Amino acid sequence: MPAFLDLQAISKRFGGVVALDDVAMTLEAGEVHCLVGENGSGKSTLIKVISGVEAPEPGGSIVLDGQVHARLTPRESTAAGIQVIYQDLSLFPNLSVAENIAVGRHLGHLKLVDWAAVRRTADAAMDRIGVHLQPDALVQDLTIANRQLVAICRALAADARLLIMDEPTASLTRGEVERLLDLVRELKSRGICIVFVSHRLHEVLDVAERVTVLRDGRRVGTFPAAEIDDDRLAVLMTGKQFAYGLKDVDLAARPVVLDVAGLGRDGEYEDVSFQVHEGEILGITGLLGSGRTELALTIFGMTEAEVGEVRVDGKALVPGSNQAAIEAGVAYVSEDRLALGLVLEQPIVDNAVATILRELAGRLGLIPPARRQATVDHWIEQLAIKVSSTANAVKTLSGGNQQRIVLAKWMARQPRLLILDSPTVGVDVSAKDGIYAIIARLAAEGLAILLISDEIPEVRYHAHRILIMRNGQLVGPYDPTTSSEAELMAAVNA
Amino acid sequence: MHELLARLRRRHEFWLVVVIVALIVFLSLATPAFLTLRNLADLLTANAFIGILCAGLIVVLVSGGIDISFTAIATVTQYVALSVANAYGANWLTLFLMAGVLGIALGLINAYFIGKLRIHSIIVSIATLNIFYGLLIFFTGGDYIYTLPNFFAVGVNWFEFEGADRIPYAINLQMLLLVLSFVLTWAILNRTNVGRQIYAMGGNPDAARRLGFPVFRLHCFVYGYMGFIAGVASLAQAQFAQSVAPTILVGKELDVLAAVVLGGARLLGGVGTVFGTLLGVTLLALLQNGLVLLGVSSFWSQFVTGIVILAAVTATALEARRQHQARRPRR
Repeated sequence: MPAFLDLQAISKRFGGVVALDDVAMTLEAGEVHCLVGENGSGKSTLIKVISGVEAPEPGGSIVLDGQVHARLTPRESTAAGIQVIYQDLSLFPNLSVAENIAVGRHLGHLKLVDWAAVRRTADAAMDRIGVHLQPDALVQDLTIANRQLVAICRALAADARLLIMDEPTASLTRGEVERLLDLVRELKSRGICIVFVSHRLHEVLDVAERVTVLRDGRRVGTFPAAEIDDDRLAVLMTGKQFAYGLKDVDLAARPVVLDVAGLGRDGEYEDVSFQVHEGEILGITGLLGSGRTELALTIFGMTEAEVGEVRVDGKALVPGSNQAAIEAGVAYVSEDRLALGLVLEQPIVDNAVATILRELAGRLGLIPPARRQATVDHWIEQLAIKVSSTANAVKTLSGGNQQRIVLAKWMARQPRLLILDSPTVGVDVSAKDGIYAIIARLAAEGLAILLISDEIPEVRYHAHRILIMRNGQLVGPYDPTTSSEAELMAAVNA
Repeated sequence: MHELLARLRRRHEFWLVVVIVALIVFLSLATPAFLTLRNLADLLTANAFIGILCAGLIVVLVSGGIDISFTAIATVTQYVALSVANAYGANWLTLFLMAGVLGIALGLINAYFIGKLRIHSIIVSIATLNIFYGLLIFFTGGDYIYTLPNFFAVGVNWFEFEGADRIPYAINLQMLLLVLSFVLTWAILNRTNVGRQIYAMGGNPDAARRLGFPVFRLHCFVYGYMGFIAGVASLAQAQFAQSVAPTILVGKELDVLAAVVLGGARLLGGVGTVFGTLLGVTLLALLQNGLVLLGVSSFWSQFVTGIVILAAVTATALEARRQHQARRPRR
């Protein structure tokens, strides 16, 4: 039997950047296939080629159901039963469960809505996989796991034969992941092909037949899932063997910079206590929504804890005062640097000095351009940022260099504690190492660093100690040199 | 029963009904002039213009956009349609056809900039408000039209009867158009696939695009419909005023917006109902009418209107926050 979908020699360039380079991939009916790679490896571009959103460069071929295409249009792709469930699920929060599932009925020319048929379509899709949600409930009132079920039902209602799921487990608890995998087995038994797109496939390896690994836009290979384990995968994805780059120093003897005692905030985290020493990188990992980012926001003074206190260099911070935290030497590089960390349209130079405007200002509150430029040049050199001119807008930089500008902005304040929340999200593989090197060097110079990440390898390879945030509670510490990735994964999901 | 009440309490419309009923009871007791056929008929007729426009604006807000150019569109359509009618003659059909088509055309100009060029709707409609209105004043010099076609000046008087107060009452053009526009908007939003696409697009525009919704065509529909409704409303207003005054409509757009928002529509899109809109405009109309009947100065009437709007949106925001807290997982 021919493959359901056969991609050959697929390339895609965006301007001068090669996103995909001669990639091949086949998908069989009833197969569960994992597509893995680091951020920027070309996973999402490949999905867009399959779903028809992006056209590949001429020269490749896409064989769908035995028909040869140079490219697919979104319409052809949907008509053939290809459905993508994006990480954000693309649901309509203001509409009911039933309407979301049957939303395809609303497409087409002007016609009256047959509400009974909407309901029947939704019930049929839910029955097929044994899901029972209130059809009248609004999607915005559902849990993430149930929203995902709605998205799956919507794909089924559209007669999906190939279901591509982008990071489906990112925000699910262990139990919810199990239920999702049961569902995947069920779909597979009905001949539906499923593609998991992930950089954390530990959880889905059990149900998968094959794994395709992408790196820097190229296919590293397609492997039987049985031959793959975490360590092998890490090597395949990054192309290098990891070594612990951190020097063993006696951190306990160093002075404590950050001291968090009994911190709690209702519904977010509770009874959180830990210390970060001078020169230490403390890794905190956990699921999305486990409270790790919420904790960081409290330490940075953006939110106020209900109990407990935060001390920096022995001095208690004023709760809920962002200004006090900054004064005390806390710097925070947010998860969403594009929304919170940078003003993309503004020149690099203005972004880089945004945190020290008051310090730079001379009498009358005016800022001498020379002093501003000198500060910026210093940090651009220190952090090895590649810029043609500091007058250019930040958006002209790559993800990795943007992240360094955010770092520069905070380093200019000469902080005591640096909180990094998912610092390498959206940064391509080669630039990640540069950022890790900077983090290690800053720590070696005595900065205390709190490294928050949902990628377990990231904290395992780049932190001195690891704490795990689980349902708002901290567990650990774990020693990265003696804990395996599987052990940490189990602790995250327990 | 208890559960039904609990569910009702969560609905914005429920509270509007409670406030409206309380207001009606209070005004009936406070002033004998309120609960008379005369006052109620006047209330409907005088507020028809604002009300009809609300039926158009709710569609725009649900789609995730905003429009404030509709008063300018209304002024232009009423001036053009009635000038042409005066010069060349017209009947009901051709008059409404002219106003409707011109309204749609002007609305589509908004749609082009909003849907194709992705400029924010508030910027676009501020600009077009000024352009439409500016051009009208330039070409007309702000002159009023006092003579209207005879059939139009007479208007509609259905089911005429004499009330106990010896005054004749009838279903007039304003009431008719008010009811029709609300029924039409309700049918579009709740009974057609286009209406459901508008709700969906307002709730999550990115998802709508990804699912292959005809986003630009939806924008054309939304702003074209707003223009059409503005054209219809403009005729109701001209018939009521028995003249066309190019300078008096522009400025009323915020009253319309206030009524729709009071009715529970969210400025971010995706949320809002026709019933809620009806209640919002009713509440504002009753309030203003009641204050006049009670002899309160019109300055205070504006003040009170402002307070009521602020109180209503505050209550909604607090309720939304309470519900959000209740949904937040406890650990």
